[in-house]
Amino acid sequence: MNAVVTASGLNKRYKNTVALDHVNFRIESGRIVGLIGPNGAGKTTALKAILGLTDFQGELSVLGLDPRTQRDRLMEQVCFIADVAVLPRWLRVREAIDFVANVHPRFNRSKCEAFLARTKLTPDQRVKQMSKGMIVQLHLALVMAIDARLLVLDEPTLGLDILYRKQFYQSLLEDYFDENKTIIVTTHQVEEIEHILTDLMFIRDGKIVLDTDMEAVGERFAEVMVSADKAATARSMKPLDERQVFGKSIFLFDGADRATLESMGEVRRPTVSDLFVATMKGTYA
Amino acid sequence: MKTFYWLVKREFWEHRGGFLWAPIVTGVVFLVLNVMAIITAEVLGARHGIEIGGSNWQMMIAKADEGDLAQIGAGLDIAMLSSMGLISIVMGIVVLFYCLGALYDDRRDRSILFWKSLPISNTSTVLSKVVSATILAPAIAVVVAVIIGIVQLVIFALVLSLHHVNAWQLIMLAHPFRAIGTLVSSIPLYALWAIPSVGWLLFCSAWARTKPFLWAVAVPAVLGLLVSWFGIMGLFNLPTVWFWKNIVQRALLSVFPGSNIVYSDNALEATADLGDAHNPLSVLSPMHTYTLLGSPNLWLGVLAGAALIAGAIWYRRVRDDS
Repeated sequence: MNAVVTASGLNKRYKNTVALDHVNFRIESGRIVGLIGPNGAGKTTALKAILGLTDFQGELSVLGLDPRTQRDRLMEQVCFIADVAVLPRWLRVREAIDFVANVHPRFNRSKCEAFLARTKLTPDQRVKQMSKGMIVQLHLALVMAIDARLLVLDEPTLGLDILYRKQFYQSLLEDYFDENKTIIVTTHQVEEIEHILTDLMFIRDGKIVLDTDMEAVGERFAEVMVSADKAATARSMKPLDERQVFGKSIFLFDGADRATLESMGEVRRPTVSDLFVATMKGTYA
Repeated sequence: MKTFYWLVKREFWEHRGGFLWAPIVTGVVFLVLNVMAIITAEVLGARHGIEIGGSNWQMMIAKADEGDLAQIGAGLDIAMLSSMGLISIVMGIVVLFYCLGALYDDRRDRSILFWKSLPISNTSTVLSKVVSATILAPAIAVVVAVIIGIVQLVIFALVLSLHHVNAWQLIMLAHPFRAIGTLVSSIPLYALWAIPSVGWLLFCSAWARTKPFLWAVAVPAVLGLLVSWFGIMGLFNLPTVWFWKNIVQRALLSVFPGSNIVYSDNALEATADLGDAHNPLSVLSPMHTYTLLGSPNLWLGVLAGAALIAGAIWYRRVRDDS
């Protein structure tokens, strides 16, 4: 498999904080990677480095190009939606399509128009007259019509209602994603993207603390619901996390023996959010 | 090239209000004021029984010698160009604020993240803004000024024909085509002259984290005050005024069309020498204005402007605050 992004020894510090601390990772083609971390963990910095929007130390190759020096060529193959509502307020729908169609060599106008036809947007509408959800629809329509190899999404659905959020990810999966494309997404609404991710990366204090694919998550981590009498045994096995539900304890284990766990109680695969909370314990303390 | 065209077009979309509507509104207001003045004059004239023009005027023209006719022609030319004066001032203000916001506003509202998601180099982006400020804006202003000028001329002719003056004969005395040529020819010169200001303003726009206007004005002004207080210019055997005139003004006010006239000391005397019956067109004629191409002030300004634009491109790339 060919790597879309390879980072080694990625380092970035702002005045008195370390945003990225010697980060190494590799993202393969045809994956949907969730980059998940608490606020200020370095997610956006990592994405900005990939997009050539910020300077950094270390080595980083995106589609074989260096984002610091070859940014103009890189952006023909890379798209991003950074946060919601970064479209300029004066722009009209028609102007946005005309402009992107004429400056982007890989833009497919009919695809964009077909997508917009399914929304309430009209060609003469200005961004400032749109709701947040509509702005994201327009942005998504523009981005989906670009045949890019890497799509970077930084909190693309922040502040949208659930209808728009669902529609956003559904459109991405149904109309955009295929094996030649790669998507990197950061979000706090982990539950909503859990089922579409193929890979998971947790970042904390500028370090990658977990980098795995979703199948491995099921094999490596397990959640067991244990009744009070067996809780002490479970605790001795060094669980990542423990929480109480209806008088029973739920333990989260990393790499524990399956058979032992099954003897203690009901075993299931942990959700990404539970895993996240367990991994990030004490971040803000 | 195609990308560049669309970049300039984007600037026009965003700033249609300043680039297109501001000169049009200025021109229309100018016409309305003129019409009101004419009406007032007519009313006053009628009330006091004074006949403006009339058969006397016709007789005057008939008896006028060549010199007098040239004077009338010059008057009409002034009438035609006068709207350009007002439009120029408005355009200068528009360009000044356009440049200050051009590389700052999209950082503030974060739409830079959208523009930077497209395969456009920072160099093309910044240069498209330079071209918008130095060529697009003045070109639109000139087109508007020409149309307003012609309408103005027609209005005068109509009013005079009400007083039994042969309007056609009168218009033949004016030089509308020469006036148009003069205005059009001033665009490239304006572009060269305005580059240091445009460069400085764009540089502030790309560099400032907040309040580019304050930086753009405060830095030259404070420098100027320091230079004045400590008499630094004395070291170079130059008067303090030199700094204000050649640095501060060039950095801030060169975006105003015609601001270069202040710098050629003998502009007005030279016109007198041209002996063209003091026609204002000769002050503005390319024959005269393009002597500026021989002045080091212009070319040093272009150099400084180019350096500042290069700085703006660099800061456009590295400013990372969105």
